[in-house]
Amino acid sequence: MRLINQKPGPALAFFLAALPFVLLLIAYAIGSYYRLLENPNDKLLPAPSKVFETAQRLFTEGDRRTGRILLWHDTAASLRRLGIGVALCAFFGTVFGLLIGLLPYVRTTLAGFVAVISMIPPLALLPILFIMFGLGELSKVVLIVVGILPFMIRDLSGRVMEIPREQIVKAETLGASTWVIMLRVGLPQLMPRLIQAVRLSLGPAWLFLIAAEAIASDQGLGYRIFLVRRYLAMDVILTYVIWITLLAFIIDWLLKTLSRKAFPWAEANL
Amino acid sequence: MSFVVAENIFQSYGDRPILERVNLEVDEGEFISIVGASGCGKSTFLRLLLAQETPTHGTIRVDGNPPATEPGLERGVVFQRYSVFPHLTIRENIVAGEAFKRPWGRLFGAEAKAAQIRADATLARCGLDHVADQYPATLSGGMQQRLAIGQALTAKPRVLLLDEPFGALDPGTRLAMHDFLMELRAETGMTVFMVTHDLEEGFKLGDRVLVFDKPRWDPTHPEAFGATITYDFDARNGGIPFQTIKEDTHVLRPQ
Ligand SMILES: Nc1ncnc2c1ncn2[C@@H]1O[C@H](COP(=O)(O)OP(=O)(O)O)[C@@H](O)[C@H]1O
Ligand SMILES: [Mg+2]
Repeated sequence: MRLINQKPGPALAFFLAALPFVLLLIAYAIGSYYRLLENPNDKLLPAPSKVFETAQRLFTEGDRRTGRILLWHDTAASLRRLGIGVALCAFFGTVFGLLIGLLPYVRTTLAGFVAVISMIPPLALLPILFIMFGLGELSKVVLIVVGILPFMIRDLSGRVMEIPREQIVKAETLGASTWVIMLRVGLPQLMPRLIQAVRLSLGPAWLFLIAAEAIASDQGLGYRIFLVRRYLAMDVILTYVIWITLLAFIIDWLLKTLSRKAFPWAEANL
Repeated sequence: MSFVVAENIFQSYGDRPILERVNLEVDEGEFISIVGASGCGKSTFLRLLLAQETPTHGTIRVDGNPPATEPGLERGVVFQRYSVFPHLTIRENIVAGEAFKRPWGRLFGAEAKAAQIRADATLARCGLDHVADQYPATLSGGMQQRLAIGQALTAKPRVLLLDEPFGALDPGTRLAMHDFLMELRAETGMTVFMVTHDLEEGFKLGDRVLVFDKPRWDPTHPEAFGATITYDFDARNGGIPFQTIKEDTHVLRPQ
């Protein structure tokens, strides 16, 4: 049988999917073991058991001074920034995506502009944002918006333009106004695409968030990682990295599930 | 005065002529079949009738009105594909035929209820009542086209335009669709234009069969000239006799 026609059974599939994770863990454990063998005080690759202990402590024990569990506060602060930034992008991305996708006048005016704006490396704008919006929450949210909104508008307007012309014409022959075509033909068909676009831009959104937090903040996941970097606290950094990865994975999974549940009609086409 | 009048239509894309000197008069309630070689401009002519495009020259009037500039309620359409809305259930697709002309594209309260009941009646007509709550993607090709026709008729157009509506269907389904379409047409008395690549279907359903072809042909530049109506057959009585050509053909008629 050809290789392209050979599929693993369920048990083997589970094993194969877990394999890279296990290999990575083993590779890390070996590396850590030999470094610690040479120098028990080595901080670069703490033993997995040490990371696990640190994680336990970070998740459950409060700060010595204030009693607050910093990890949860950092998580809340970061998720809030991320949520606000991504929600703003989703909203404006949808609005401009529909307008650019459906209205030739808006498309002529904005499509080129958005294409050029989306080429600006957002991190290069960070100093400007700090100067303009201060070092507070606003500049971090703005960085996320600046970073992913142009991409989202381009993606979503493209998706609107992919709606077959036949459907738009059909709606016209049923007497639909421009507004109704946007509301009842464009918008609902854009929704599953929007969720896809959000899933795709969450990666960059995290990047911009952590960058902004690293440079100027007093709490947040990115802030904490860069703070403890000074003490070479790899166990803390690793805990945070794994935690961020897990958060990102869960958010992505939630969005995927939402998309499947909320838009059953899109299953066949997506 | 005829119901649909096309006067001296030319249509070019860039400098490439597709249609030239198309003249046509159609009475209200006539069923016009349009046949012709693939790529000769049948769909283009339908888009012009629909007012999705405006011709380079010439005018198309319906019922003596000024030429339309965009598609509207007066003309319904069924394309070969993509005619129904994938994000609406079968029932919602039919209701859309009434609801989309409203300010919010929706009906509310008692009106919505009444429209749903009418939609269910339409679906029963189309043989789709058992799938009313499903989405179009789950339907077969024939069912989707029945839905598209039912949806178009819900908006009560005066002219119905069909672009190879049965082209993708298997022969059995196609025959059933013929009966379905003829019934609806007898009820509504609509004027119908149907593009088909199946001559037999054209003669069976149509009162007239128009043949689009290029009257002039430049062997070195096959694209130099556009197509026009070269034959206009009387196809009443089931197209018998097929041979009766209406005297007024447009073949090489001197200007
Ligand atoms: N929007 C357009 N722009 C440029 N050329 C087009 C356009 N639409 C159709 N054509 C060309 O016009 C010709 C006729 O197309 P069409 O009307 O779809 O033919 P038919 O329906 O008879 O097969 C084709 O050669 C096609 O490539
Ligand atoms: Mg065609």
